[in-house]
Amino acid sequence: MDLFEYQGKEFFAQYGMPVSPGEIAFSVDEAVAAAERLGTPVMVKAQVHTGGRGKAGGVKFAADVDAVREHASNILGLDIKGHIVQRVWIEKASDIAEEYYASFTLDRSAKLHLGMLSKEGGVDIETVAEENPDAIAKIWVNPVDGLSEEMLRDWIAAAGLPEAAVEGSVDILGKLYTAYTEGDADMVEINPLILTPEGKVHVLDSKVTLDGNSEFRHPDYEQYDETQTRDEREEAAHAKGLQYVGLEGSVGVIANGAGLAMSTVDVVNQVGGKPANFLDIGGGANADVMAGALEVINNDPNVKSIFINIFGGITRGEEVANGIIEAMQRVDIDSPIVIRLDGTNAQEGRDLLAPHLGDALMMETTMLSAAEKAVALAAG
Amino acid sequence: MSIFLDETTKVVYQGLTGSTGRYYGNLNKEYGTQVVAGTHPKKAGTDVDGTPIYASVAEAKEATGCNASCVFVPPVAVKGAVMEAAEAGMELVVVITEGVPMHDEAWFYNKLKADFPDTRLLGPNCPGIISPGKANIGITAGHIAKAGGPVGVVSRSGTLTYQAVYELKEKDIGVTTSVGIGGDPVPGTNFIDCLAAFEADPATEAIMMIGEIGGSAEEEAAEFIKANVTKPVVSYVAGVTAPPGKKMGHAGAIVSGGKGTAKAKMEALEDAGVKVGLNPTEAGDLMAGIVATL
Repeated sequence: MDLFEYQGKEFFAQYGMPVSPGEIAFSVDEAVAAAERLGTPVMVKAQVHTGGRGKAGGVKFAADVDAVREHASNILGLDIKGHIVQRVWIEKASDIAEEYYASFTLDRSAKLHLGMLSKEGGVDIETVAEENPDAIAKIWVNPVDGLSEEMLRDWIAAAGLPEAAVEGSVDILGKLYTAYTEGDADMVEINPLILTPEGKVHVLDSKVTLDGNSEFRHPDYEQYDETQTRDEREEAAHAKGLQYVGLEGSVGVIANGAGLAMSTVDVVNQVGGKPANFLDIGGGANADVMAGALEVINNDPNVKSIFINIFGGITRGEEVANGIIEAMQRVDIDSPIVIRLDGTNAQEGRDLLAPHLGDALMMETTMLSAAEKAVALAAG
Repeated sequence: MSIFLDETTKVVYQGLTGSTGRYYGNLNKEYGTQVVAGTHPKKAGTDVDGTPIYASVAEAKEATGCNASCVFVPPVAVKGAVMEAAEAGMELVVVITEGVPMHDEAWFYNKLKADFPDTRLLGPNCPGIISPGKANIGITAGHIAKAGGPVGVVSRSGTLTYQAVYELKEKDIGVTTSVGIGGDPVPGTNFIDCLAAFEADPATEAIMMIGEIGGSAEEEAAEFIKANVTKPVVSYVAGVTAPPGKKMGHAGAIVSGGKGTAKAKMEALEDAGVKVGLNPTEAGDLMAGIVATL
């Protein structure tokens, strides 16, 4: 789950990290009122789940309330890489002497946590990584051993942060690691981490991705769920607990398991079709899940045919068959369905489907032939 | 021969008393796996369809001599279950459970590596392991694989593993062992572990490796193959047409910034001499061609 900047800052603040006071605003009037309460000057910052806000004009300095009004009206509704700005964060402006970069994430190759620290912050870190990789100090942390103060100090020294920033950085980076591990984040990033002219180290931006699998020990993370960026189809699928990604084509795809679903999307492309979506109904899919999946696909106006590709491991063939039969009774499915069913109890499933076969529901024995059939049907 | 699992492996099921654990525990038993015990802290002394339940893995080992564990407990309990199995001296721990937090996985992977190097962890979020005709741990439908070899299979995706062994069976090709390593960010066993084991297994004469987009496990496997694997390898990588930046189901399956794309992985594998199919069926055909020349 991706957090907006302001949510990330609230998250950081829970772990004792210094962030600036601010308020979230959904309208120009709210932005102005927030600035009046905070006292100018303030920053007006677009809240979107994508980078490059500054370049797109989504981050502005406002010296007074009139400037807040002007910037907020320009930024609200702005399209930043396909994300429409619906909320702005009004934050007390900070004086900046220097800008740094700091992050923690998992290094999947090393199977250790990776911390990155650079004194060249405030810009796109991938550009720094390409043009001047030595400017990024890396540290690998074994999750069992944790991050000691000695390691932190060595890391900060390796990054070449000035003496004035050392103590503040030790404090903030230690807390950042705690937030990353105890907060079950996949990624935490501060860019920029600033040194003020008064010599204080301070968090000026946040990028946080939380691990949705950890909700059982962080029930409050449910609040972030509703602020995820999803299109209408993705929202409907999400409400049914389905793994769905919207694509642009006309062949609706339902498969069990992420690998098979991706492979199904591949095969539809390879036989000359265009998939409308990726939809993984998961391991233990039953009749309800299948019915829900068909409803979601059916509501996509671009869909002209539906390809159900099931290979049973945990998912049993008769459950899949019952799901399809039940869904066809529950909703008017507009597009013809092609099904390919194999694996655990496949024959039982096929036997259940046999009396229902016709123009609305067809069965194929292989993944390729089913894809060809579905693509031909979508083409009309 | 087979790798990691054979007919002598005695398995305890952590979570046998739950409905999913019971269903697959019984299926594994019917397949011929030595399902000797289940565990539940409060149900010791009872049984699940004839399989005795013990309070802990250590007690199950004491009573039955089990040397492997299969974990079906909910995500919240996985970390504890893995450590319990390792501390009891299990040589193989197969975690089927999906939805385990990344930080738990990263922690117990490194804990096992440091303190329990003789315990092989498989998963989490994996379909398990099957040595056809000998034993099956996990959720793979046993009948879809032909016993006997000569192909070893390793895959990041559950259903694509089934697809692969099924395609091979359709062509009358047997499998020594099929290992589903799972699609999570920190898999206990990776491609390289399996490639090395298959290379050392005399009954395995060719290897099928199924990858997917995201991460760099396939690229690392390609380097390993180039340097260490003499047996022919066929591969398929799912997600060739996945749009960048979209997360497709698995925690593992995400493409970002041109890294971890199927194309990059396929090129790395081809560069290592691996024959790469564009879909599972094509990979099956390529393998059939190789098996015919063995």
